Order: sequence, then C-alpha cells, then structure tokens
Amino acid sequence: MQNDTTAKQSSERTTRRASRRQFLQASGAAGALVLTAGCSSMGGGSGSDTLKMGVLEDQSGNFALTGIQKYHAQTLAVEEINAEGGINGQEIEMISPDPQSDNQRYQELARRLINRDNVDVLFGGFASSSREAIRPIVDENQQLYFYTNQYEGGVCDTYTWCTGAVPEQQISTTLEFLTDEFGDNFYTIAADYNFGQITAAWYRKIANEIGANVMNEEFIPLDVSQFGSTINRIQEADPDFLVTLLVGSNHASFYNQKNAAGLEVPMNTTVNMAQGYEHLRFDPPALANMYVGVNYMQEIPTEQNRNFVDRFYERWPDADYVGQMAQNSYFTTYLYKQAVEKAGTTDQDEILSVLDEEPMTVEAPEGTVTTDPETHHVTHQIRLARANENHEITFRNQQAVEPYWLRETPYPGCDLTQTVGASSDEPTTQYTPRGV
Amino acid sequence: MASVLPQLLNLLLQFIDSFGFLVLSAIGLAIIFGMMGVINLAHGEFITVGAYGTALSFHAGLPLPVAMLVGVALTTVFGLILEFTVIRRLYGRLLDSMVATWGISLIMIQGLRIVFGSSLPSIGTPLGSVQYGSFSYSTYRLLLAGASLVLLGVLYWVFTSTEFGTRARATIQDEEMSRALGTDTNRMYLLTFGIGSALAGLTGALYAPTMTIVPGMGSTFLVEAFVTVVVGGASVLVGTSGAGLLLGFINAVFSNLFGTFAGRMALLVTTILVIRALPRGITGLLEDVRGGT
Repeated sequence: MQNDTTAKQSSERTTRRASRRQFLQASGAAGALVLTAGCSSMGGGSGSDTLKMGVLEDQSGNFALTGIQKYHAQTLAVEEINAEGGINGQEIEMISPDPQSDNQRYQELARRLINRDNVDVLFGGFASSSREAIRPIVDENQQLYFYTNQYEGGVCDTYTWCTGAVPEQQISTTLEFLTDEFGDNFYTIAADYNFGQITAAWYRKIANEIGANVMNEEFIPLDVSQFGSTINRIQEADPDFLVTLLVGSNHASFYNQKNAAGLEVPMNTTVNMAQGYEHLRFDPPALANMYVGVNYMQEIPTEQNRNFVDRFYERWPDADYVGQMAQNSYFTTYLYKQAVEKAGTTDQDEILSVLDEEPMTVEAPEGTVTTDPETHHVTHQIRLARANENHEITFRNQQAVEPYWLRETPYPGCDLTQTVGASSDEPTTQYTPRGV
Repeated sequence: MASVLPQLLNLLLQFIDSFGFLVLSAIGLAIIFGMMGVINLAHGEFITVGAYGTALSFHAGLPLPVAMLVGVALTTVFGLILEFTVIRRLYGRLLDSMVATWGISLIMIQGLRIVFGSSLPSIGTPLGSVQYGSFSYSTYRLLLAGASLVLLGVLYWVFTSTEFGTRARATIQDEEMSRALGTDTNRMYLLTFGIGSALAGLTGALYAPTMTIVPGMGSTFLVEAFVTVVVGGASVLVGTSGAGLLLGFINAVFSNLFGTFAGRMALLVTTILVIRALPRGITGLLEDVRGGT
C-alpha cells in the first residue's frame, strides 16, 4: 500500500521537476565550464539558479516515526513556497538524504550537503546526539542551521537556530498547574542519556523554584523494555504525580505495563503524544491522565491549525500524524523564507545578521511564533494538553512563553546579538542548569 | 514490619518475571545454537515476526489466543523457508552463518518498516492485575512466567521421550553415524530449526500485548537471549533454565533495591564473571560436578 504511494509521489515529483531538469541539462555545459575553471561558487551556492535547502531527517531507523513527519511537513512547506513563486523568485531545491537515525551518517551527510552541494541552509536532526554530532561541522563551515526539535535546552550558538520548545517553556507552566491540582510530590523516571538527565535536572530546578518536591529519580537505559521493578518502586513511593521522560519504542512499553499492573497516577512528560502520537498508537487507557506542555499537536482546535492539518493530509494521505516537531519544521521553513526576503540575498552571513537584528514573527499553525535574537530560540504558544481515558485530547492554559533562561545573567548569560558576523571563537557550549 | 511481606512478594514476582523473560527470549536461540551450531543473529527478528503476526491478526478481528497461534505459525513457516533457502548452506560455517543471519535481520527490520510503517497499534494487556498491600502486579505477567515453565517441561519431554528427540540428539552427537543408521539428518536440521523458530514466534506472540510493536523490537530480546545462552552453556534445557534462575534472581534483587539500571549492570557483570570462571557456562559446571562424583 505504502509502496504504491511512494511510487505515485516520486512520479509526481519527477513531472514537477522535469522542466527544471531540462533547463539544467541545457545549462549543463556552461556549468561544467565554470567548474573546470576552478571557480566554485563560494558562500553557499549563491550563484546557482535554485536555493538549496539541505534537510537531514530520519526517514528510516530508530527515529523514523517522528523523522518521517518532519520530512513530510518540510516538503509540504517547500512545495507551498515554490508554488507561490519561491523565495525572491528562486525556487527551493530540497536535498534530503536519509541519515537513517545514525550519527555517523549525520556527520557524513552534513559534510556532503555543506561542502559538495553547497546548501544555502541546513535543516533537521532529531536526537540531541545527532544535533551535537553535526554542530561542530556546522560551526566549522559557518553554515546557517535550523534545529527544529523540542530538546533539553542550553544550546547557544551563532550559526544554530533552535526553533523547538525548550524545558523552561514546556515545564514551568505545566508543573505549576500540576502541583496545584494534585500535590507537591512527584517521581521522575527518565531515559538515561543527555536528554533525560538534563530534562530531569530542569524538573529539579523548577521544582525548587515553585516549592515542589522530587521524591526520587530513576534513569533507565534506552534498551530496557521491561518495567516491573520500576512500577513497584513507584507504587512504594506513592507520588502525587509521575514525570516520565521515557524515550523511544522500548520505553514506550512502560505505559501498557503500568496499566496492566494497575498503577494509576497522573503523569506529566515533555516528550509523549505531541511527537510519537502515543495516544493514537496505544490502546486506551494506557495514557489516561497524561499532561504535556506542548507548542503543537494536530488536535489543536483552531481554524488556522485545521487548515494546516487538511493541507498536510491532502499532500500525504497515508501519513499517521503531524506532530509538534513536524509543525516546527513547517513554520521554520517560512521563517527562513521571511529572513531571506528581508536580507534580499541568500548570503548566509547577511541572513544571520538579519535574524539577529530584531525579533521576527511567523503565523504558525500553533499561533504566533516570535524569534529571540539573543538566544537563537523562539517564543512559543504553549498549551497544556491532557489525554483522558479514551485518549481524547483537551487543551488549556494557552500562553506565549519566552525562552528566557539562556539570557539569564550571570549564568548562562548568552547574547548572540553581540557576536554577529563570523569569527572562529563563537560560543558553541551547551549550558545546563547548575546546582540542582 | 508490615511492609516486609509485600516487599518480599515484589522480589519474588520480579524474579519469576525476569526468569520468564530470559527463558522465553533465549529458548529459540538456545535450541538452534545448541543443536545445530548456528548462531542466529536474526533471532530477535524471528520474535518480531511472531509479535507482528499476532498484532496484525488481532487487529484483523481474531481473538487474542488465536492471533497468537497465527503468530507462531507464521514464524514457523518463515523459519522453515529460511532454513531451506539460506541456513542449510551454512551448516558448520559459524562465522558465515552469523553474517548471513545478521544480514537477514537488517533486511527484515527495514522490510517490516517499509511494509507496515514505523509501528503497529498496540494490543492492551489482558487479565487485569492482582493487588497486595500498596502494590499491584499484572496477572498476564504471571501467566508469562508460567508459560516459560510449561515450555521447558514440554521441551524436556520432546527431547527425552519421543523418537524425534532421540534422533535429533543422535544427529547432534554424531551426524555421520546417525545418517548411516538411517536418520535423515537434513530433515532433522529442518525440523529443529522449525522448532527454534516456532519458539521465537511464541515469545513474540506472548510479549506482543505488553510491548510497543515496532520493527526494531527484537533487539531488546536479543541481548537477553545471548546473555542467557552464554551463561547457560551448550545444554539447551539445563543451561537455559539454570541461567534463567541465576540471572533472574540477580536482576530481581538489584533492580528492586537500586533500580532498573543497577539490575542491568548486575546482569552484565554476572555474565562477565561467569564467562571468566566457567567458560562452558552452567552446563559445564554441572558436567564437572557430575563427572567428579
């Protein structure tokens, strides 16, 4: 079934591109001459006829479930922009090799996209580990890069724009609500790697700030799929609510097992539902009483979002879900368009300066999104989503939340507007909460 | 004092749960390795086929037990076809068979993803839970542990009390001699591989209602299976059940006291110690004890 669609899609793609290909063939001789003369276009292909957009999203491997959504959404945005006449009259050419959820391939492909294909902009990456794998390459080549995932926060980097939600946005409002509603004592179970450890630290930090109490934390290796003892330990602690920062398909087994074992407790997470659509994939009531602070889910009942979701499924009828990070990829493509139009050029330094000049806004499916030049993050519309026992989603508490933490002085004290232009000693650190 | 009893019960339940998981993960691998000397790196994907067969037929409307049978049947057929087309040519070539089965595993993971997408809808765990003190435990997981015991019993009976079992063991001990005595050894290998596949399929079918069903799900079983087989040693039944008891106990104690991570570490450290002290695993130890008396 899916094979048919792929075939259909690729044939569509072929016909749409045919005219351009003919043109390229015609100009091929001229291009060859330029190349042999050793006059390769510097500064990211600014001399080419199309605007080259490198997109690294996992279309296979471990993260394909979300990677595919992101790839679909970005393709949709690119096609919409091209249908409207492109950016400054230039059509976008999306080059999207599949990194296969493999960090080494991420590095190879990032180098290839930057050095061989001379992309004007680089998008993508799923896990924080894949972002960290390619960020040195991005910095070394002074490549404009958009990372569209929600993540554990703390990246302060001249060349990188992080357009997903970060912990201070997802956790602060949610945690206040939950402690008011259920009580101050919570228990954290988290995936045992960068994301889980740092996000758990964020929960500790915000709990300290609002006077909540972390009863216990358990970090679970990613390949664990059996949770009997964890469930018993949670029952023993008897928390008011449970924070689950579990990641990946192995960990997802927890919800079913928790349910079968009769553990009933309100839950909070930053990762489930909005990305891996667990509320649709799992038999209810596995995720009953799950609260997530999200900037987007396809269920958001606004007119603007309905339109987006309709367009998405019209383009990808067999898609399963369009989640938070797919939406990020979608609006970030438009953000990039806006920046290029404002700069009037595809020159990456110019675009970076324009982005650093003043906040820009995009009307995204989630609502208005505003950029924050100081930290290279964005202000999101954060809603608190809740799944009931039938896995129906309701939203409440919508508010625009700024990515405020990186700016805080003395630590981390990140201000990227002061480092406009390219020098080799840009901040590339990933900051983490201290003293918690 | 009042909380000691539920705690002990926790430990016991965790122990039989780990035992069941280890034995069920390993048994198919143990049979194919122990009897045929083939290290099947696609073992995890055999389990995945069982889970997929079960989930797909369950969502097509079959009752769960029937769906599980479909899953087992599907994996058996799959295993037989594979034996006939690929594995048969690789007997006695240990490394080649590893590379081939690893390739099969990669093809299957991505193949499942292409055909069925990134995940299947899950099956809710049936049978509810039992309550004790402030704790509760999934009834279905008790059934899983029970299934592992029944399975060990059935296999013991098959390999000791049936003609097939005798012939199979003869083939393992001395292939040429048993062929000379009229045993169709090719058929024995085919059947053994079929049994191994069926057991892997059964594991997948039994665990399908407790896990998320994704193409890569086999990998979580594969590690446990290898650890169990390595600790257990060559003998299928004694080794697997002995390793299940030892590792299940260690895993239960450490993960109950210090959390899942500690349980995993203890499991792997134990494995390293066992390999160092008993290169032939628990089987080897038992043979030495028996030989010594």
